[in-house]
Order: sequence, then structure tokens, then C-alpha cells
Amino acid sequence: MAGGLAHPRTLEYTDRDPQGPVPQEAELTAGHRVESGRSYGFFTDTTLCIGCKACEVACKEWNNLPADQPGLTGQSYDNTGRLGAHSWRHVTFLERGARATSMPPFQSNWLMMSDVCKHCDPAPCLEACPTGALFRTEFDTVVVQQDICNGCGYCVPACPFGVVELAKEDGKAHKCTLCYDRLKGGLEPACAKSCPTDSIQFGPVEALQQRAAARVEELEAQGQTAAYLYGTPGGPGATGGIRRLNAFFLLTDRPERYNLPPAPSRPSRNARPSFLAGLATMAGLAVAAALIGVGRR
Amino acid sequence: MTHRNRRPRGTLTGRLVGALQDWSVPRQLRGAPGHAKAAESAMSRGLRPRLEQADRVGTSICPYCAVGCAQLIYARDGKPIAVEGDPRSPVNQGTLCPKGAATFGLMVSPGRLDRCLHRAPGATAWREVPLDWAMERIAQLAKRSRDESFVSRLPDGTRVNHTLAMASMGGATLDNEENYLIKKLFSAGLGMVFVENQARV
Amino acid sequence: MPSLGATFGRGAATLPQWDLANSDCVLVMGSNMAENHPIAFRFVMQAKQRGATVIHADPRFTRTSAMADIYAPLRAGSDIAFLGGIINHLLQNDLWFREFALPYTNLSTIVGEDYRGPGELGGYFSGWNAEGRRYSPESWQYDGVVVPSSLAEGYVEIEGFAEATRRLHEGPTPKDPTLQHPSCVYQILKRHFARYTPEMVEQVTGCPREVFLKVADAMARNSGRERTGAICYAVGWNHHTKGAQIIRTGAILQALLGNVGRPGAGLLALRGHTSIQGSTDIATLYDLLPGYLPQPHAFRPHHTLEDYLKVETSPTGWWNNFPKYYVSLLRAFYGAQATPENGRGHDLLPRIVGDHSQLPLTVAMANGVIKGLFVMGQNPVVGGSNSKLVQRGLAQLDWLVVRDIAETDTATFWRDGHLVRDGEMRPEDIGTEVFLMPGSLSGEKAGSFTNTHRLLQWHDKVVAGPGDSRSELWFTYHLGRRLQELYRASTREEDAPIRSLLWDYPVDEEGEPDAEAVLREINGYTWPEREQLASFNDLKSDGSTACGCWIYGGVFPQPGRNLARARKPDGPEGPGTHLGWGFAWPDNRRTLNNRASADPEGRPWSERKRLVWWDETKGEWQSPDQIDFVKTKRPDYEPDWSKRPAGMDALSGTQPFIMIPDGVAGIFVPSGLKDGPLPEHYEPTETPVRNAFHPGVEGNPPAKRWAHDLNPIAAPGDPRYPHVLTTYRLTEHHSGGTPTRIVPTTAELQPEGFCEIPTELARELGLRSTDWVVLSTPRGEIETRALVTDRLRPFRLGERRVFQLGLPWHYGWAGMATGDVANVLTAVVGDPNTGMHENKALTCALRPGRLARRGGQG
Repeated sequence: MAGGLAHPRTLEYTDRDPQGPVPQEAELTAGHRVESGRSYGFFTDTTLCIGCKACEVACKEWNNLPADQPGLTGQSYDNTGRLGAHSWRHVTFLERGARATSMPPFQSNWLMMSDVCKHCDPAPCLEACPTGALFRTEFDTVVVQQDICNGCGYCVPACPFGVVELAKEDGKAHKCTLCYDRLKGGLEPACAKSCPTDSIQFGPVEALQQRAAARVEELEAQGQTAAYLYGTPGGPGATGGIRRLNAFFLLTDRPERYNLPPAPSRPSRNARPSFLAGLATMAGLAVAAALIGVGRR
Repeated sequence: MTHRNRRPRGTLTGRLVGALQDWSVPRQLRGAPGHAKAAESAMSRGLRPRLEQADRVGTSICPYCAVGCAQLIYARDGKPIAVEGDPRSPVNQGTLCPKGAATFGLMVSPGRLDRCLHRAPGATAWREVPLDWAMERIAQLAKRSRDESFVSRLPDGTRVNHTLAMASMGGATLDNEENYLIKKLFSAGLGMVFVENQARV
Repeated sequence: MPSLGATFGRGAATLPQWDLANSDCVLVMGSNMAENHPIAFRFVMQAKQRGATVIHADPRFTRTSAMADIYAPLRAGSDIAFLGGIINHLLQNDLWFREFALPYTNLSTIVGEDYRGPGELGGYFSGWNAEGRRYSPESWQYDGVVVPSSLAEGYVEIEGFAEATRRLHEGPTPKDPTLQHPSCVYQILKRHFARYTPEMVEQVTGCPREVFLKVADAMARNSGRERTGAICYAVGWNHHTKGAQIIRTGAILQALLGNVGRPGAGLLALRGHTSIQGSTDIATLYDLLPGYLPQPHAFRPHHTLEDYLKVETSPTGWWNNFPKYYVSLLRAFYGAQATPENGRGHDLLPRIVGDHSQLPLTVAMANGVIKGLFVMGQNPVVGGSNSKLVQRGLAQLDWLVVRDIAETDTATFWRDGHLVRDGEMRPEDIGTEVFLMPGSLSGEKAGSFTNTHRLLQWHDKVVAGPGDSRSELWFTYHLGRRLQELYRASTREEDAPIRSLLWDYPVDEEGEPDAEAVLREINGYTWPEREQLASFNDLKSDGSTACGCWIYGGVFPQPGRNLARARKPDGPEGPGTHLGWGFAWPDNRRTLNNRASADPEGRPWSERKRLVWWDETKGEWQSPDQIDFVKTKRPDYEPDWSKRPAGMDALSGTQPFIMIPDGVAGIFVPSGLKDGPLPEHYEPTETPVRNAFHPGVEGNPPAKRWAHDLNPIAAPGDPRYPHVLTTYRLTEHHSGGTPTRIVPTTAELQPEGFCEIPTELARELGLRSTDWVVLSTPRGEIETRALVTDRLRPFRLGERRVFQLGLPWHYGWAGMATGDVANVLTAVVGDPNTGMHENKALTCALRPGRLARRGGQG
């Protein structure tokens, strides 16, 4: 018997229940500890995705994101539409029309893919950000710091994947943080932790890349020859000055079929224009702050 | 004092001053590495997962399907703050499906009912009633319906001890202990035979 | 679940979910497992990643199909033809696991010579009584011996039943191990399924024969000593007027392939509610008492305790212990008031007089028989068949108590329901007094759930629920307390049951009863000392023990030891049986019938599939699991028939199915099923085609029907209702929708009702996705949105092309995600064994547009 076997450290928590989050719980749920100074990301293996959208729900529940409720779209089982300010995970459905009864292994007639911010390296959004709200964390992830973001929106067109969006409610830029708060507490990001079939895998990027390469080989051996990685160095998705995507994907059809750009690129190669724009913005804010300060006194 | 409280918060001025101090671009230009402390804002510095605020963690089981996924409920001041898959469980190993992942949302849903409502015969609206009043009224109605309909024996003398005039539906979403008391009271106590749950639905 | 009970002895999943990871082949059928049990499907995916073949057979290409190696499309309601064809393929080509099935099933048992099958009698089994629309099972019995049913009700209506079963004390059932006897089960089975040719399967199911044969080969290839396969099913198999027999067909298949009691093998019944297994074990069902003991029946020999025990106690096998369990239950119910004078409480229990299940309850309500109704955590307006009939019934009640976590569609039928909406009644005309009371969720109350693989798991009370919300434990306890008070002064004999009820549970300062005290009673204790019993083996039939549900015995063996709360999984070095996590009934056994994982000599069939084995030096069976057999019974043990052995003494060391009186799996079931000892394909009650096996006998002959003006049925082939309709669940919603339609994060994922329509039909009707459509059946009409997809397809059935439609049934008017109630369309018709409805296969009409009554209102 082999199903359901627990990580050895789990056994430390069997006599009494946890009194708080298990330290480095990510080791129990993902097999990896979370340590400052290492690069973390997602490997989303679309051949394991059952399209259940647990990732969407877990993300919204954890990050307290409101439902968009656009209504029934008629687009297969996709009713949340796209990534946006309130949808940091989004499952794309693609019915390929075939009515085959015998299929190459793993999800052939109905593609499902849980999309997310790619946490690019380097990240065009971060480079476009004039305020430094977008920054690269100690986990090598890209996060919008809400206490700094002024809603200028430069990051929105800069993102080649259409991930970043300004929220109507506060006018600020919002996107996946790779559960920055959870990482600081040694917890696996909510989407990856919930994923029933481990289609979303969390871990150090290098380890994930190795696992992903092995997975492609394994699929090829099983007859799924269309599998490839999107976003690993040198491959599709890591183009136009983007070295790699820290959240990368295993796909079995052309990137466009999943609403991914075939060859994303950085709109700008250095930060100076945005710095100058940012300087102007911040100067304006400083004046405003001073004025308000005066007014209050 | 934690760094979370280092700076006065709450006024627009304060926030702007903080933003200026935190403005990382100059620091990044000064040569700090890409993912340096230099770029970190106050909010980022103070960030921790809210699970750490829990004053109680309890073990639970997902309320939806019958797979039986284990959950941990994190609570503070008697209110849930998060529901997570229990990483110890051989059933779900910390994972949850979309419904299970929404358990926290279910517990705190604005759609949750929190008062007893009563609709009198022919009424067009609910009215709120005290729980105790509802309990007493229901007990009286149950007694009346039972007494009016109870059959001890059929005309041929066969013992039946039952009422056909009261029924119960539900149980598959309830605890074993609850089902046991329902069966014991309704069947063995009141003689109800129309006792059914969703096993057939 | 009579099918698994009749075949293997217990009506429950035979394997733990995590064991699916050890399977070499998983057939998912009658289930959309990836969507409705995603976490159980996790283990299917693990098996697949290790090389297992995954097969999905279903009318709809779903998210489960997307992960399968083989997808077999079949028309809804044709499952027996499909599976019967596989059985035929195995038998014709000798692909079954002979070393397993010969000793461990009744294949070699000889049936009485009067038996005839539907192939010989034009669609009926022998024993058909056309007037009563029922079968008499006399001719289904073994040659010269009547075997009691292993189901809850052991009694079978056969003259001289109890005496006829006593033959079981005298010797083994008649057998021909050479399988040559024309009346042995093997030969009957072979003749029966010989009609299920690949051509026939294709014509009836619409599944191309090459696909169906590929499935048959995959299953055969993954059986035998080294390999095992599992079948996962859900209500896609139950919800038919022949549902029990569909499951039977799957069970026969697994018995022939040696796929039961072994690692990675078995049948996993995937159940849809948290404790639907628990609420069957501790049955809030009309015909069962806790622990699968039959509710006494007025028209059966159940009058006195002695009568009842005489016909319900099996002479042989484990059920010979029946009196201990029943008498202990009566003690738990009535405490000191269970006396020898009142048959230890037997005289106090109510008698059933017929079928009192959900469907006849619906009809009884509509007919005004029912005055008061409790609805606890159920939403029958959305989930009940023929919703308008349900609503008509609710309007006839004097009073209705709805206990739920939110305002449900059922609770507001008088305001927003179809009676009002269709202009049939105004709220002012509806005389029902309605109470809506807030209930609790797990986490807001303590208690245990029993999951789909018999695993009891405790949940704590962590927080208080909102406002006046209370647990059902609180409600039931306090209602009982008040009623006992109201009846305290009564001296009437008819009030003795309520006055006699043992009802002394401790409560906390908020009045909440101690759930553990209830579980301790369920587990069992001595009477009157109330000392916890370690196991059901300690129960007695003399009134000195009390036990609320014998199969749960051992869950609370000592004070302070609630094993449902055990949280110790196996680590990576462990065996993976996880005996320290929760408590599985019976006796913490994780794989049922696991004696069958060893060969007749007691050796594992293979190292790869090792689970239980005989240790000669210790003189005991060994296993990382709890052993579902007498631990010290040698594999070569044979009963000494000269001593007229009873109970377990009458089963040999090679008879692993201890709940069955003759100890072997029932491929042919002589007793217990109401529609035949073998499964036969019958069309659904509403079907677009004739029954190709025997035109003229279309549907299951003894299927339950209830005549009512509001429940008209379309005749087979009615051209007004040409399409096949199946209702189903989505992963994003739960059942009647109450707990997902009120949560924004799930509501937005599937925000509105829809109907899946095959592309070809949509083209004919000029429909595009999100267009409005109207579906109709003789019961009613609903409007919903079209979802046009290639995932549904037309089926070619002989000369006919039939379209399959799919309709999620979660929706109603309450909450954030809304839609018309699918069950307005469905009928009150039922399986003869279980009384389950047929919402997975009916016929309907489809047209573009909206309903006139609400046109334009959105």
C-alpha cells in the first residue's frame, strides 16, 4: 500500500494537534522548506490539471479577493474569464473538438490550465514601476507592495502576459504575490497547497525545472510527445529578454491555445525612463503630503 | 516593539511620508541587488501569514462530499480566520477541492442564517422568533400530530406502534451522533416511520 | 447499498481511497470522479503516474474523461449492457481469474432446477407475478437449501423460510467444482450473458464495439496474481430503476477478476455527502436500524422478539451473532425500560407497513397524509425528484421545520416556489406553518462523520456558529427532552416508547449535549454499569450490554479514547494502511474481505499484491491491516458437519466473505434482491428506444411506480420527448446548492444554470452557447441557458440517432448562483430494491426560447 503516505516530520504532530501553523509546513505539503534568499516558483503541469478551480478558490479565500461574478460565459467551464486584479489564478478551458475515445495519456481532448503571474526574471512590470512598489522579494518573486503603489498603471502594459490590473476599488495594481505572507511563514502558497492532483507544484525554481524536465521525458516515453516546457531558460515563454519564468508551465499544445504569448518580450530594457517618470510622481506626492501636513496643523 | 508598529499609521500624511521613505527606486539605483531589502516596504517587512494570529487551531472534517478531507480551522477570539487542509491526513495530505477550499467562506458567508424565522399559516413574510419559543411550539405541534395519528395496532390486532403523519428528511450532512439521536427519538421514541436521508437522493 | 451487500456481504466500499494508488487499472463509471470527488481522484492520478490504465465510461465527456486513457461513451441507462458485455467477453475467452473465483465465489454452486433466466422467459426471471408486479424468489434458491440474505433483512418471503435455512447446519451448499453441471452458477452465468455480444452492446449502448472491447481487454489484462483493478462508481450507477443491478454487474465483474479484498482492488462507492455512509450505518432510513438491522415490519414474522430473531438470524456466517446486536441496540434505546416483558424493547419499536422512503414520502405529502415534516440539512425542493410534486406536498403540511445554514429554496417554497410563480396558489392560500432554524457546520460543533470508505473521523468544535445557530444534536436532544416532559404524566400504552427512551446525555453550560457521550453509547457499554466495551465481540444477547450501532464497536473502547479522533498517519516507512488515522468499521479494517488477498493455502497471490497471509508458526493470519476473518482460523479448516456447526464455525478457512451465510461472494444472488439473481439490461422507465434484448419488456419489471396526477410518465419511444436527459453535479457546487450558492468564491465559478447540448443538435435548432432553451417532460418545463459542446454526442442505436443532453441540478432561486430547478423535470419512479429515483436517465424535449410565464424578466 502506498497511497497517502505522510512526510516523516508529520509524525511529530500526531500525538497532539498543532497549536498554530506547523513550522515550515511547506515541507510537509510540498516537500520543500521555504528559505529567504532562494528562488521559488510554480511548476504548473497542465497534464495533471482536472480543471477543478480549487486554486482559484483557495487563492481568493486566502487573499480575501472578491468574486468578480461576470456570469455565465458559455466558454466551456470558464466563467471567471481571465487573470485580473481579483483573480490571481485562472483556469483556462479548451475543448479541442475531437471526439476521440482513445487518447494520448493525460488530458488530451479538453485542455485545462491554471494560469498565474509568471514572476518573470527579469520582470517587465517591475522595471516599469516608477515607485518601487513592484519589487523582487527575498524569495525571488515579484510583488506589488500595496503601501507604495500609487496606481500609475505603468506596469499594466509592461506585462507581456496581461497579468497585472488596476483594481476599480482602490486604483492600485494587483496580482499574484506567490502568497508572500505565507512564504514568510514557511507555508506553501494557497493554490499549490490545495491543488488536488498536484498540477500546481511549488518549490525552488531549479528543483522544479529539473522535475519538469523529467516529467517531459516521462510523458514522451508514455507516448505524449507534444509535451514541452513554457518559461524555462532557452525555451518558449523565456524570450525577448526574459531569462526565465519563475512560474512556468508544461503544455501540450501551442501557447496561444492557452492564451499565452508565443514569444513574450520586455517592452523596455532599462529602468531609467520609468525612474524619471517616477521621480516626477513622487515629487508631486511629496508636495501634496507637505500641503496636507500643513493643512492638518 | 515589532517593526510593524514602528511608524505612525492611519493618516494620509503618515502614509505618504512612509511611502517616500520606502520609495525603493533611489535605493535600487544606488546599487542594491534586485531582490534586496532595499526595495522592501514597511508592509512587506511586517508581513506574516495570518495563521500565526490564531489563538485556537482545531481539527475538522470538510462539510461537503464523503471523501472526508481533514481540515485545520484557525480561529481568533472565537471567530474563524482561515480553514486549511490538514497536512497530516492520508486522505487529502493538505489539499482541498474548490468546495473544500471555500470552507472558510462558507463559515463566514453573509448568507448564513443566524436567527429563527417563523412563517405563520397564510403569512406572506417571515418574522423573527426566539429560539426557545420555536422549540416549545415545535414540541407542541409534534405532540399534537402524533397524538392525532398514532396507531398502536391494526384492525387485525397486529402491533404497529407508529404514526404515518410525521416525517423527517435529512441526515447525510449530519454527524453520526446526530443521526443516532434523530433515529432514536423519531423512530424508537415517537414511532415515526417516514425517516429518510439523502442516501436515496 | 444492497448490491455490494448481496455480493460481498457488506454494503460499503471495499477499499480505502488511498489504496487506489496501488491499482493497475481504474474504471470510473457511473461517476464523474475528477469533478465530484477530486481528492479521491488524486489517488487515481497517482496510480496513473505509476502506469495504471484509467478508463472512464460515461454518457458525457467530463473532466474525468479528460484524464482517462480510454473514454467509452455510452447512452445513459445502458450500463448493464456495457458491463454484461465485458462479463461475456471474459467468460467466452476464459479471461477470468479462475484460481480466485472458483474457491471464493459461488460459481460452482448448484442452483435449483426450476430457475429460468430472462433469456428463456421473454424478459422475466422465473417467479414473476404479473398481478403483484413482483418476483417470488423460490426458484432462485440453491439446490435443496434456502440461504438467508446477507442484507439488513435476512428474511426472504418463502414458505417455511426459517426451517429451510437450517439445512446450512448440515453441510456445504451443493457444488460442482468442475463447473460442468448445467445448473451451476458458472453455466447459468455463461448462458445469461452469452446474449451480451459485442454487436448487442454496440446497439444498446451506442458505444463503438472496438472501444468497449478495449475496455474489456484492459480490465482482463490488469487482473490475476500480479495485478489488480478497481472500479469507482457513484450515483451515476444508483439513480436508475435498475441501479442496484448495475452495481451488481460491476461486483460480478470484480469477483470474476479477483479484484476484491486485495490491494488496489475492489469497488469504491463514492458517496456525495459528508456522512452519507454514516447516515446509512446509523440509518436515518425507514427500513434500517443502526448497524444494518432491519426495522421490524408489520407484515413479516417480526411480531415478537422471538419471531423476529428466528427469521433474521442466519444459521451460518457472522450474522449468526444477530441477537447480540439487536438486543444490545434495544438496551441502548430504552435502557432500563427494555425488559423481558416487552421483548427487551422490541414491542416498543414502530413497525413499518411498506415503503416509506423518500419517493413515497413525497407522494404521501402531496396526498395530504403527512402533517408535519422535519427537514434537516436537506433541500428537497431542489434535490427531490419531481420538484413540483414536492412543493405541492409541502403546501399540504400543517407544519414544516427546516434546519439549515441558510435560507433554502425548501424553506421559501411558500414565497418563491413554483406554486406561487405558476399562479397556482398565493402565499395567503398556503396553510403550512414554517420554521426556519439556523444549523451548525463542522467546526461549530463536535461530532464524527463516516466517510465514503467507512472511516469515522471526528471534528472539534472550534468556534461558535452565528447567532442562534445550533447543532442537530442540540435540537434533537432538546426536542426529545421537551417531548418526554410533555408525555411524562401519560399512562397510555401508546406513549410508552417516548417515555421509555433512554435520554440522559450530559449537556454543557450552553445546553449542548456531549457528542462523545453519544459516541460512547454508539460504541457500546455494559449495562447497567456503563463500562465501555472494547469491541463488538463483547456484546451479549441477554441485555447485559447496550450498543447503539454494533459495527462501530471499538471506536470508543475506553473512557477518553475516541479513536475517531486519532490522527496518526503512516510515514514513508509505514505500510500505508493508516490504522492510526480515524477508525474504520468494522474493527478498524481498511480493506474488506482481505482474507481474499491470500490464496486458498494462505499465501499472498503475489509479493506485489501482498496484504494478508497465514503464519503457520504463529498459527495466525498476519497483515498490516486488521484482518477481516477469524484471526486463528487455519486456511485448511473445514467445519465438522457432524456437529451441526453454526455461525463462523460453519465457514471453512477458504471462505473470505464472512457476512454471507455460505462464505463466498455471491455472483448469483439467491436471496435479498427484488429484481433477479443476476443483472439484466432493462431500459429506463422513460426511454427513446425499445429493449433490444426483449422488445415488449422494456423497463425493469418490478420497478416502483406511484400513480399521481402530477407525476405522469412518458411511454417508451414517445416522439414528443426524443432526447435522453441526464442530471449531474459540477465540481464547483454541492448537491442542492445551499452551501456553495451562498459563497461568492464558488458561486462565481458556475454562476447560473445551463444545459449541455451536443453540437449537432444545437445546429439543427439554431442554438449557440448562452442562448435560452426550454426543456420539458410530462412533469413540467424549465428554462435555462444552452452550453453547446462536442463533449456530448449523438448516439447511434441501431437505426436510431439519439441525442444525449446533460443538466446540472444544483440550482434554484436562493443564493447568488441561481437557475431553474432541474428536478421539475424528473419523475417519481424507483429502483425496486432501494427506492432510488431515475434522474440519471429520462427523456425530454428541447426547444429554443424562454418560458412564456417569465419571458423577458431575466
